[in-house]
Amino acid sequence: MATDVRPPFWLLVELTYRCPLHCVFCSNPIDYARHGEEVDTATWKRVLGEARALGAVQLGFSGGEPLLRDDLEELVAHAHGLGFYTNLITSGVGLTAARAQSLKQAGLDHVQLSFQDSTRELNDFITSTRTFDLKSRVAAIIKEAGYPMVLNCVMHRFNLPHVGRIVDMAERMGADYLELANTQYYGWAWHNRAALMPTALELRDAEALVVAHRERLAAGGSPMKVLWVSPDYADARAKPCMAGWGAVFLVVAPDGVALPCHSARMLPGLDFPNLRETSVRAAWYDSDAFNRYRGTAWMNDTCGTCDDRDKDHAGCRCQSFLVAGDAAATDPVCRKSPHRDRIDAMLEAAGAPRDDAAPLRFVPGAATAGALVFRGEAASLALSAAPVPCNPDPTPS
Amino acid sequence: MMAAHDTPEVAPLFRLQFEPVQDAWVLLYPEGMVKLNTPAAEILRRCDGQRSVAAIVEELEVTFSRRGLADDVRTFLDQARGRGWLRAEA
Repeated sequence: MATDVRPPFWLLVELTYRCPLHCVFCSNPIDYARHGEEVDTATWKRVLGEARALGAVQLGFSGGEPLLRDDLEELVAHAHGLGFYTNLITSGVGLTAARAQSLKQAGLDHVQLSFQDSTRELNDFITSTRTFDLKSRVAAIIKEAGYPMVLNCVMHRFNLPHVGRIVDMAERMGADYLELANTQYYGWAWHNRAALMPTALELRDAEALVVAHRERLAAGGSPMKVLWVSPDYADARAKPCMAGWGAVFLVVAPDGVALPCHSARMLPGLDFPNLRETSVRAAWYDSDAFNRYRGTAWMNDTCGTCDDRDKDHAGCRCQSFLVAGDAAATDPVCRKSPHRDRIDAMLEAAGAPRDDAAPLRFVPGAATAGALVFRGEAASLALSAAPVPCNPDPTPS
Repeated sequence: MMAAHDTPEVAPLFRLQFEPVQDAWVLLYPEGMVKLNTPAAEILRRCDGQRSVAAIVEELEVTFSRRGLADDVRTFLDQARGRGWLRAEA
């Protein structure tokens, strides 16, 4: 065990991969439908207790849609009793006023609600549901129940032109924070990357508008804070992914597998411990998988001698695997990466002339026309029949 | 600048708690945490919406047997309010 390993301060439990939404950028694994049974209540409670004893303090209940677990209140109450700060990360589907109250009584501290756009049409298209009006009502329920509220909106080619209206919407809804989460290309977003990817110019324009809105909000004394998650392909800076592998962040998948991030499970050659059989302590401190990319000793020369190695931790292992075919490679978004040309090619492809004569119209078949695959069980099973794609070919068909 | 009779309290978005594993007080908020140093923690623990700034200063001066803490405390309180950690009412 490495001696300088800190506790997993941030515990994210993905209670279920079941979800009423079918977002095309979902971060859940493509092959989620092939994963094992969900962990039971008693096991979750043990995991929460063990993680808390190690020092975990932030706890996210996520998924899929965590409200689909009918033991959610019981788990929140247990976590609250242990002293966790509890966050619910939800689509809002199922969050009635009664449930918002019962969760409040259980000790839930905060709700993060996802929105997919400021328009009903795009919100409903991108999720393949009719949930925009429902989400609007849920936002009001969250505020009425007295929760701090974070609105999270994943940004991509289709909704970036709406960014100003998304800020306005969040303000009207009384959000405390708005996270404009530029798409990170993993899971379903990786599969749909060609359709989702904006151009660098579109990102710059949107960011400039966000900066202007931020200044307007601050000048007006608004308490709402707006976060702009770096679009790392275009920004060409490796992100300090999860603040480092196995550094502060512990994700537990619905079947109990402990992971350093949402998507690391697809990396070959790593055997992630399952917390049904392994203690949180053993998984975090002792497992080979969690120790594999800790610190700097594993780094190649480019990263190991880089001045930024303690700041960006050499970026993201999953991104290195997906784009460069090797999880230990330099993050391909970095200008020092020999694979940076693959990222540039993807960005360039995003700038190819779009068929303005046939814009994305919200009619049956639009997804097919837009080359989008919605997250869902049938698609999961179909796509995971073949091995997870690692990508020597940067321009997807 | 906070006045001597203001009664600051930790804003509803935040929760102050002691973490034994870190042996430190922390300020928790949605999806985040700030680890506090000892002076910051000693001040924030007293921001309960009851004690005035003047009372907090006096209490700290007695507890730590030091005089002249008013400027430091008020500078910190203003910074904390600027970050949204505190709200202050007279």
